[in-house]
Amino acid sequence: MNLPIYLDNNSTTPMDPRVLESMLPFFNENFGNASSRNHSFGWNAEKAVDDAREQLASLIGSTSKEIIFTSGATEANNLAIKGVYEMYGSQGNHMITVTTEHKAVLDACKKAEKSGAEVTYLSPNEDGLINLDELEAAITDKTILITIMYGNNEIGVIQDIKAISAIAKKNGILFHTDATQAVGKIPVDVLADGIDLMSFTAHKMYGPKGVGALYVRRKNPRVKVTSQMDGGGHERGMRSGTLNVPGIVGFGKACELCQQEMESEATRLSAMRDKLEKELLTIEEAYVNGNAQHRLPHVSNISFKFVEGEGLMMGTKDIAVSSGSACTSASLEPSYVLKSLGLDDELAHSSLRFGLGRFTTEEEVDFAIDHVKTAVNKLREMSPLWEMFQDGIDLKTIEWAEH
Amino acid sequence: MAYSEKVIDHYQNPRNIGKLDKDSKTVGTGLVGAPECGDVMRLQIDVDEATGIIKDAKFKTFGCGSAIASSSLATEWLKGKTVDSAMEIDNMEIVEELALPPVKIHCSVLAEDAIKMAINDYRQKQGLEPIEDDKKHY
Repeated sequence: MNLPIYLDNNSTTPMDPRVLESMLPFFNENFGNASSRNHSFGWNAEKAVDDAREQLASLIGSTSKEIIFTSGATEANNLAIKGVYEMYGSQGNHMITVTTEHKAVLDACKKAEKSGAEVTYLSPNEDGLINLDELEAAITDKTILITIMYGNNEIGVIQDIKAISAIAKKNGILFHTDATQAVGKIPVDVLADGIDLMSFTAHKMYGPKGVGALYVRRKNPRVKVTSQMDGGGHERGMRSGTLNVPGIVGFGKACELCQQEMESEATRLSAMRDKLEKELLTIEEAYVNGNAQHRLPHVSNISFKFVEGEGLMMGTKDIAVSSGSACTSASLEPSYVLKSLGLDDELAHSSLRFGLGRFTTEEEVDFAIDHVKTAVNKLREMSPLWEMFQDGIDLKTIEWAEH
Repeated sequence: MAYSEKVIDHYQNPRNIGKLDKDSKTVGTGLVGAPECGDVMRLQIDVDEATGIIKDAKFKTFGCGSAIASSSLATEWLKGKTVDSAMEIDNMEIVEELALPPVKIHCSVLAEDAIKMAINDYRQKQGLEPIEDDKKHY
């Protein structure tokens, strides 16, 4: 077992060696431009891209023509939101999203607001799920897009996508979902789920970084987005730029592997995740963030009360996890996702996100359990707040000498 | 971010963790910071009334590695010092000793404040005026 142990698979995943192998010929032997129509170099590249497109489509239940390759999910989210706003702006300027979305969605919405869009940001319930009645109530006759993520990157909560898309459809509104964390991990089917636009990316599913895709529905309804990158008119005019052939080939292979192994892998991962969680919850005053039932199989986000986040990260340096706190400076900024769930700053700071993956072993999970328990206990021994809690003192009654 | 070796050493082997009897006449307690700011430091001294020398010092800290190290170091420095010379400890000495980066200077400030608060708590118990400090942060 090599240290540190990688348990941050929501940030990115290591590439599967089978994916790497599939990509290699497309860096040198088959280096052609997929848009070159006059020679075999181009035809070979185009064939490889077509095959990959089929592999992506097969994983998400779409047709290959509905796949628009991008540089990643951030670009796909930008293309979906700004592209819909520009394409359908004459029909209305209102969009609906949620405060727990990824920054790529929130900031694309903010950018659209600067050019006249009106955006409603729904707050989720404290378990991370949105209230469907609130969604319906937010719809106006100007609403053109609902954009709500499939599975959350920080807490893993899976929204009721079918119900959301039904609401969108009933009101004649397009539905986009950022499915970056869900595709390849759980069954996602754009037809059954009623999705009109969907962003996803290769590097969260054991593929390469720098390549992603936007699914754009072609039938019932036929959806169009205004391009955000102009040039040679690639990808049906929606995203110009020479295709990243090796990346796309790797993305395709990654999708194929996820499709083949999803069921057994989800079972394996959720068993390990549940073990990790069960063990860590034996620590007093430890809480799971987000709905524990409607959740991705490989994610767990836990807050440990009375220890401070950065100190906890320092104490858990043999495992690579993500903290709910981005505090590298005096101005501590706890995770906006956890704050949206109503967690106070203190609990948001002292949370750890565990993201298990294809290469995570049982042995590593066992190590992580011991490592975190040791760190939390050690920090609590040093923590005046823990001592006060144990003495039955309500911390809210103390007058703090704040800085 | 990278921590200095001294910070890591204090974090891994904190000196003088613990608690003194806050009701004792010879014990001074300083509690600074706030949970929602991410730092709470409690620093205590036990003073020999005859000599004015600090016999013992204990701390508990909720905070990052630099906050833990700052308070751990402070207790080391306090032991054996007279109360009057302890009052002279400046946060920048802590910054230098632990090689704290600019974003962590507030940890040393917190430690200095905790020292002064503890000393003044002791002085008040002894019927002495608290020492006003123009550098007071809390």
